[in-house]
Amino acid sequence: MDVSVTVNGTTHTHDVEPRTLLVHHLRDGLGLTGTNVGCDTSSCGACTVHMGGESVKSCTVLAVQADGTDITTIEGLAAVAEAEGIATGDQGWHPMQEAFQQCHALQCGYCTPGMVMAATSFLKENPNPTEDEVREGLEGNLCRCTGYHNIVKAVASVAGGAS
Amino acid sequence: MSAVMGTKMLRKEDPALLVGENKFIDDIHAPGELWMGMVRSTMGHAKINSIDTSEAEAMPGVTAVYTGAQLADMGLWIAPLPCAWPVTEDMVNPAHNPVCIDEAKHVGDIVAVVLCNDRYGAADAAEKVIVDYEPLPAVGSLEAAVANEVMAHSDLESNKAFHWPLIPDPEGTEKAFAEAAHTVKAKFIQQRLIPSPMEPRGCMAIPSPVGGDITFYSATQVPHILKVMIAATTGIPESKLRVIAPAVGGGFGGKLNVDPDAILSVTLANHLGVPVRWTETRTEAAGSSHQGRGQIQHMEVAADENGKISSVRVHLDADMGAYMMLITPGVALLGSFLYTGVYDIPNLAFTCDGYFTNMTPTDAYRGAGRPEASYAIERIMDILAGEVGITPEEIRARNYINGGEAFENHEAASTLVFDSGHYRPAHDRALEMAKMDELRAEQARRRDAGETKQLGMGMCSYVEICGLAPSRALGGLNYGAGGWEHATVRMLPTGKIEVVSGSTPHGQGHETAWSMIIADKMGVDPNDVEVLHSDTAKSPLGLDTYGSRSLAVGGVAIAMAADKVIEKAKLIAAHQFEAAPEDVQFEAGAFSVAGTPSKSVHIQELGFAAFAAHDLPDGMEPNLNEQVSFDPPNFAFPFGTHVAVVEVDTETGGVELLDYIAVDDCGHQVNPMIVEGQLHGGIVQGVAQALFEEAVYDEDGNINNPSFMDYLVPSAMEVPNMQLDYTVTPSTTNPLGVKGAGEAGTIGSAAAVMNAVCDALSPYGVTDMDMPATPKRVWEAINSQGGAA
Repeated sequence: MDVSVTVNGTTHTHDVEPRTLLVHHLRDGLGLTGTNVGCDTSSCGACTVHMGGESVKSCTVLAVQADGTDITTIEGLAAVAEAEGIATGDQGWHPMQEAFQQCHALQCGYCTPGMVMAATSFLKENPNPTEDEVREGLEGNLCRCTGYHNIVKAVASVAGGAS
Repeated sequence: MSAVMGTKMLRKEDPALLVGENKFIDDIHAPGELWMGMVRSTMGHAKINSIDTSEAEAMPGVTAVYTGAQLADMGLWIAPLPCAWPVTEDMVNPAHNPVCIDEAKHVGDIVAVVLCNDRYGAADAAEKVIVDYEPLPAVGSLEAAVANEVMAHSDLESNKAFHWPLIPDPEGTEKAFAEAAHTVKAKFIQQRLIPSPMEPRGCMAIPSPVGGDITFYSATQVPHILKVMIAATTGIPESKLRVIAPAVGGGFGGKLNVDPDAILSVTLANHLGVPVRWTETRTEAAGSSHQGRGQIQHMEVAADENGKISSVRVHLDADMGAYMMLITPGVALLGSFLYTGVYDIPNLAFTCDGYFTNMTPTDAYRGAGRPEASYAIERIMDILAGEVGITPEEIRARNYINGGEAFENHEAASTLVFDSGHYRPAHDRALEMAKMDELRAEQARRRDAGETKQLGMGMCSYVEICGLAPSRALGGLNYGAGGWEHATVRMLPTGKIEVVSGSTPHGQGHETAWSMIIADKMGVDPNDVEVLHSDTAKSPLGLDTYGSRSLAVGGVAIAMAADKVIEKAKLIAAHQFEAAPEDVQFEAGAFSVAGTPSKSVHIQELGFAAFAAHDLPDGMEPNLNEQVSFDPPNFAFPFGTHVAVVEVDTETGGVELLDYIAVDDCGHQVNPMIVEGQLHGGIVQGVAQALFEEAVYDEDGNINNPSFMDYLVPSAMEVPNMQLDYTVTPSTTNPLGVKGAGEAGTIGSAAAVMNAVCDALSPYGVTDMDMPATPKRVWEAINSQGGAA
């Protein structure tokens, strides 16, 4: 069936099998491979994107459910942020991407797109979180490399900077 | 340039990863690709009576369905899957075919393979293959394997695969135990762990339209080893194979194998002339991606009345799983040398029996043998301290090699020679950072007050073996390959530097670290350095990444190749200056003649001269292109002291990790930011073993927790911030004085956490507890003791 989604500002209409997961539509259908798949039980959060401004695990959403929605993936995060008036710095990155590099909050980088998307969404809900709240806010996203220490530091640094 | 080494330079890898530009295996597609869908055994042990593929074959998009018997008839491989480490001459090694033929040996064993033009279609069709299994008695635990009443392989008469002893001085050990004032025995269980890199495994083989070449993309830690092993297994000549590891999303040992999926991808692509690919699901991984640990350790120490240890005796039963994979039997051996830990213990007697079970094969997982050894010695140190009546701090202080003072070239009881060490400063610093005195006072207060939440502190002083490995040492252990690493450094005509690395990153930041080494050596901007890796066409020689070897072997090779480039460039500079080479000095990237500052040329300017070759010294070959294969003369032995602080809720059994302090010594550091990251992640993997993770099997060999819903990889909620510090004791094994840091965190943390848990529970008479220390286990331990201090 026809599914029309606006991803990173561009509207795409495709004939999609009803059972297609949003993450596979984004990756295999639209070629946006920045969003990753790390599990099959909606546990790891590697596939986190923004749908209608809120973070969702795109492995737990059918493409047909996303019909008519606005979606932001890691590829479009900075541009969407810029449109919202958030400064994107020298590299043209969202401040969260910048903070992840500065704080060494990524190693293999596989969880990173989902983690960044979850973190930016979390800070919209809670702009001045405590460290415990950051940890709680990222509970749905697993990372095997960093032990979370530097991820929490990165998110906290953006929260501090934004306040 | 000023010194770059030792600075926290930001990573070159990050920009592409942060915007989703990197290509992981599942991001890469080829026209006409077929997806493999694996039909995997749902039984731990079963005879395959028949397989009906007709319904699957009729599914849309399905081009073929192959059973193991059909594939064997097609002759797609010339040897079973390889085991590169036959630890003894008489080791039993049952054939491990990529697809099993008449008997399935574990849940997840491949029974048939479907090819379909669609990801979902392949999974659907695999479900439509009907397999008639006849259940056979299964070996669902290591204990059952040792009991030897049921055989994991029907055609074998015993589950035992090998017996491997390391007993340098049998009489010395016997005498030490006979004369000891204290002997302490303990049995430790190293539960099975699932490595769980965030990126699942995957691969794709693409046949060339002409010439029979195959390009094989794989989410692997070991493209070079894989190339050799694919050639040896399939008979496809190495010269026809190109293996590429694209961006790889973590490994931790879990991606260093020669998996059946790889062999099927390559051979079916070669047979059919179309690209054949596979991406595992997370749940599929539980039964098919090798697991770590799986050991039972029987540990004994003998000590005098003051707690000075004279001997360690250990017998290990090691769970191989259903088959020997690449280095399955060698994992326990890697640990065998470390059962005397950081201590001056003159005698070691180690024996290991390897057993087959009907569970997922085991192999290397972060630390591979060494976390297990470190756990056993560090847990028993605490038990011995209790026996002698002194603190964990004191028992360690009394036993450190050279009294905790600096040493070089210490021959341990295992006969390995520790390059360098200085254990007391890390010990003291860790206790200071933890504020151990204050913690002990608070612990006493809570105990006296009978509070619900009790405090526990645990320490672990570890040493590990890094820089795998001197090739002769590996030969002595009957390992099937060497341990050198290869590097090439090229000064290009434009003055840019190209580095070719044989070690292959999957998150460790090689591009950054190697650029920093070159920048420092050659006096260039690290951004002028390009690092090529992970593609056997660009980097034909290499032995890849595992065993904390990248820097201590591969990084050293790069530094040595840079030295050779500088040496040659110096001759060109001398020729241009019309000076004797011995009068030419090299500083901050520039060659100059002593006393004649006007004569100066930067090394990057000599790239073009070497390339053009218009005016080189007589007899000199053109180009600045130097290679080194570095075979380390010894291992490197990093060490450190970790302290864990836990709070145990005595009503619920819940354990919360409140604080974690680690003081590590990995010799000189190239990039302390990267070292810190390695430690953070490593520590949490050890914490996870202590508190959360276990692959749980039932007696029939079914895995009860195959997904992330119930295999508990910790989230940010479960772990605290960590306090890290370092001491620096340079390695004497290599010219950079580096040791390795990739596994250190994991090697130190499980014991520190469990020592803390047992410390918290000591008022309840608890001296030991199996991992993971789940609330149920802790609650039962408290309540089986009557629940009162």
